[in-house]
Amino acid sequence: MDWLTIGLILFVITWLQTVCAYLIYLERKVAAWVQDRKGPNRVGPWGLLQPIADGLKFLLKEQVVPAHVHRSLYILAPSIAVITTMLAFAVVPFGPTDVSAPDRLRFIIAPNIDIGLLFIFAIGSLNVYSIILGGWASNNKYSLLGCLRSAAQIISYEIPLALSALGVVLLAGSLNLEQILHEQARAGLSGWLIWYQPLGGLLFFVSALAESNRLPFDLPEAEQELVGGYHTEYSGLKFALFFLGEYTHVITVSFLMAILYFGGWHFPAIAEYGSRYIGATAIKVLILWAKASLFILLIMLLRWTLPRFRFDQLMHLSWMGLVPLALANLVTVMLVRHWALRPWLLAPGSLLILLAALLWLGLLREKRYAT
Amino acid sequence: MPISPSEIKWVDERTLRPWDWLYLPALWDGLSTTVRHMFSRKVTIEFPEQRPSIPPHYKGVHRLNRDEQGRVRCVACYLCATACPAHCIDIVAAPSPWPDREKYPELFVIDELRCIYCGMCEEACPVDAIELTTLYDLTGFSREEMLFDKEKLLAVYDYTVAKGSDPIRTHRGVLGPASEIASQQPAPLPNT
Ligand code: SF4
Ligand code: SF4
Repeated sequence: MDWLTIGLILFVITWLQTVCAYLIYLERKVAAWVQDRKGPNRVGPWGLLQPIADGLKFLLKEQVVPAHVHRSLYILAPSIAVITTMLAFAVVPFGPTDVSAPDRLRFIIAPNIDIGLLFIFAIGSLNVYSIILGGWASNNKYSLLGCLRSAAQIISYEIPLALSALGVVLLAGSLNLEQILHEQARAGLSGWLIWYQPLGGLLFFVSALAESNRLPFDLPEAEQELVGGYHTEYSGLKFALFFLGEYTHVITVSFLMAILYFGGWHFPAIAEYGSRYIGATAIKVLILWAKASLFILLIMLLRWTLPRFRFDQLMHLSWMGLVPLALANLVTVMLVRHWALRPWLLAPGSLLILLAALLWLGLLREKRYAT
Repeated sequence: MPISPSEIKWVDERTLRPWDWLYLPALWDGLSTTVRHMFSRKVTIEFPEQRPSIPPHYKGVHRLNRDEQGRVRCVACYLCATACPAHCIDIVAAPSPWPDREKYPELFVIDELRCIYCGMCEEACPVDAIELTTLYDLTGFSREEMLFDKEKLLAVYDYTVAKGSDPIRTHRGVLGPASEIASQQPAPLPNT
């Protein structure tokens, strides 16, 4: 532990909180635009100070702890939500990193962690405890229902999440996020793993969306059915912590999508592997953040596009849809690696898997109509 | 009125094509709709600066209409108070100082907080003396302030007439001496 790391941790924590606050603002703006409204525009120019006003409100609000809750767990739950999501960000590079000289100016808290991706999955799955504890400690039946759904959902979607990411791991030959990024950047635009793993990327995105409890997978907090789900009994700062956790998760997921599948900071012509011009580092950082922002925007747009799944549809999608597809995808990658085939075969491979899935669905329908 | 068959549009569920089973085309359709709306014209009316245009049949704050001599038109018949489902109209009648009618309201108070703005009072009035206006932003600092008395209701009439926003809506012709003031309507609607 050196001063650079401590400084970086402080920077990342403040940065994440600010970004989260402004993401909430952006979320409200996007929601408004999609609904033909204008959105918050009263506090400051274009409402830009709205997050600060919201944050102050959260801080100054009375800290209500209902009488019927399990006190310690009730307070523990939102802390877990923030801690786990923030911890997961420790191994995510948010700028160009140098794998060979990790101690130079760097854009990652914990450089050269060989189990990077595994660490994220492990820590990320701890997140379910915040929801379960929060729901259970609230001593409220809606919260309990919400947290039970959440437990089932997160456990179900962790499997396709890990399975789809395994394809990337096999291709890059490393769990280290920096290494994966490095490999893609060195190969240039044709090295972006999305070309080899289109299906894997899609599956990863869908499962990650489900992991972060965003619409259309927001069953744990379905307002229309469950009042507020697991955070019904939370208000003020404790509620804000849950929010912070959710948005940090969204940021991590977007960074992961950019790093795992879309070449991280690499961009043809502007930020190549060998770019050494002045300001190249800044450009690379910007490109990575821009890619992540696009995914954040996509996640927000999806929220206003798709209706929420029914619970059985949710389970069906994971176990009957995503898991077999991810498995097939993984097997294809393994075959290609085993016989040292050309990696570009993976793209038609993905298509073939989709076609096979379609055929299978067709057969299922025939059978359903026949009976 | 029965709906004519020509107005009925039957929409059949579209049969899914194989690639629709993957949800992805539907997802694309949905996303393009969402994005299109992001850039379409906004319908927000920024309230304190911009005011919505309220249609004249809106039921807002009441007013007590005046006749051509500027007197209150009400003849204190209590029909509005009787019709009012919220019991929020309070009238004290007194012998009229004018020869053309028997009574006039000495006190006429509407509790605007209790009112449900149903418009029954307007329907009930035989001389078109009470009407609901298009004023919608009704606020006050106390409950007492929201008890609108005769003077205040007449002031609402003066205000809306001066503003030209509320033509007299109900006009049923000759109902009594106080209703024969068609010449004084601020802006008569064409077919009333
Ligand atoms: S609008 Fe309805 S509730 Fe209000 S005073 Fe008239 S009759 Fe009563
Ligand atoms: S119904 Fe009309 S005339 Fe009768 S008391 Fe009410 S406002 Fe006056």
